[in-house]
Amino acid sequence: MRTNIFKKLDLHSYKLRKFKNKIFYILCLSCIIVAIVPLLSILFEVILRGAPAINLQFLTGNGLHGGIGPAIQGTVILIGLTGAIGIPIGILTGVYLSEYGTNKYATWIRSINDILTGFPSIIVGITAYSLIVIGLIGRFSPMAGAAALSFMLIPIVARTTEESLKLVPNSAREAAMALGIHRWRTIISIILPSAKGGLITGTLLAVARIAGETAPILLTIMGSNFFFQGFSAPMDALPLRIYLNSQLHTQIAQTQAWGAALVLILIVLTLNIGVRLASNNRYRKITR
Amino acid sequence: MDNIKMQSVDLNAWFGTKQALRDINLSIKTNAVTAIIGPSGCGKSTFIRTLNRMHELAPTAKMTGQILLDNQNIYNPTVDPVMIRRRVGMVFQKPNPFPTMSIYDNVAAGLKLTGAHKDKNLDDVVKHSLQQATLWDEVKDDLKKPGTSISGGQQQRLCIARAIALQPEVILMDEPTSALDPIASAKIERLIVELKKNYTVAIVTHNMQQASRVSDYTAFMYLGSLIEFGATKDIFESPKNQLTEKYLTGEFG
Ligand SMILES: Nc1ncnc2c1ncn2[C@@H]1O[C@H](COP(=O)(O)OP(=O)(O)O)[C@@H](O)[C@H]1O
Ligand SMILES: [Mg+2]
Repeated sequence: MRTNIFKKLDLHSYKLRKFKNKIFYILCLSCIIVAIVPLLSILFEVILRGAPAINLQFLTGNGLHGGIGPAIQGTVILIGLTGAIGIPIGILTGVYLSEYGTNKYATWIRSINDILTGFPSIIVGITAYSLIVIGLIGRFSPMAGAAALSFMLIPIVARTTEESLKLVPNSAREAAMALGIHRWRTIISIILPSAKGGLITGTLLAVARIAGETAPILLTIMGSNFFFQGFSAPMDALPLRIYLNSQLHTQIAQTQAWGAALVLILIVLTLNIGVRLASNNRYRKITR
Repeated sequence: MDNIKMQSVDLNAWFGTKQALRDINLSIKTNAVTAIIGPSGCGKSTFIRTLNRMHELAPTAKMTGQILLDNQNIYNPTVDPVMIRRRVGMVFQKPNPFPTMSIYDNVAAGLKLTGAHKDKNLDDVVKHSLQQATLWDEVKDDLKKPGTSISGGQQQRLCIARAIALQPEVILMDEPTSALDPIASAKIERLIVELKKNYTVAIVTHNMQQASRVSDYTAFMYLGSLIEFGATKDIFESPKNQLTEKYLTGEFG
């Protein structure tokens, strides 16, 4: 008698649970669709409209000949300069936070770092404009652009570095300490190599993200029709070219903007997918 | 007096406000194995970590008293803790070879990363250390393999070889077999007995049989205090303190 009642109750609540489960699943699925559909449609749109613009002349010619060569070159230069400034500073900050970060300074740095990570990029651009373009150099300059982008890159790299280093088990630090190995030596020869995978992945993903920023370079490198002119002259870059061309109402300018957008997306996606493939391989190696 | 390698004098230690060690006066004899036993949480790890100045690495750690190594206080302000750790090596509870390094590099790491390898033949040191740790025959063809690719017991002997490579005077071991199976543990125990020919060994264990098998002297600790210390045989056969006797007969622990 008792068991019967329980069976009935169980069956009922089981059906109810299954139903709730299904509803929740459908809810999640629809949210994913809502998120993914615009993303895919953007990708399609860019490919559809950008592909016709692409040819050798377009990729290598300068602005006067209807090419985006200077923009591609400028983006590559910016990535290089920004990486050269931002990655070492970011990694060292992250090392400090992870390895020496138990004091109150570290708590402060960590909070400031978190604020900077979400800092509006247009404000970074304006600040770099007034401090460097007007103040320090007196001209538009690739250096000002790289400085502005570094300012955005550093907090992200610092954060990923800290997270990756924290994943290195403390036993490795203790083992090194017990051998009488100095702290700095331990960090360079044991901790950083152990965290290499996460460090490289995190850093390159951060660079890929920064490569598409427009606001910080809008006011610092200004844009140009010509290939690199030196460190105290305006320079072009892909996000900037897209923005500037989209303001023009000629058919050619519009098509070029789409073409530039496609190239930018390809660069960013290549970085992203490349990094993920490389790190996947590495994880497989470790587990093997 | 001259056969005392290390000695704690009126040693007290705290984590924050919690006192972990109370007035410990204990001598560790040269070329002998000293076992430290006692129930979990009684301060065994804290004690041996004061012997190579690892205790002070915990954020809230404090201590008073002295630790003498060859009659010199290692807590003297002029003493560099890094140098002490080269003279007093340590093996941990969980085998912890450096994950990114090969077997060879693990053994060589101490020498290479302390800059002490310049006047030494690394190959010889690695071979000799692995031999002393009774691991050489098992890994001599796989020296390039990752240090983490061998079994747990082999990893622990690798860690012992890594400590030996620096030719420390004292080797501290904190429950070195508690993560290992009985066969691997037995190998380590035989190794410990071998080691005392060349080194002074202090081993923490909560396995009383292990203490009786490997050690010459035994210290029994309880709630941060040293309850009884003496020759292992005496402690196990005729403990003077009631607490020691209760612990050894398994009444608590
Ligand atoms: N890092 C630490 N921070 C705070 N308290 C600790 C720390 N390590 C150990 N303790 C405390 O100190 C006491 C002694 O611990 P421990 O020396 O590890 O004991 P045992 O090794 O004998 O098990 C315990 O009460 C433990 O909770
Ligand atoms: Mg312990």
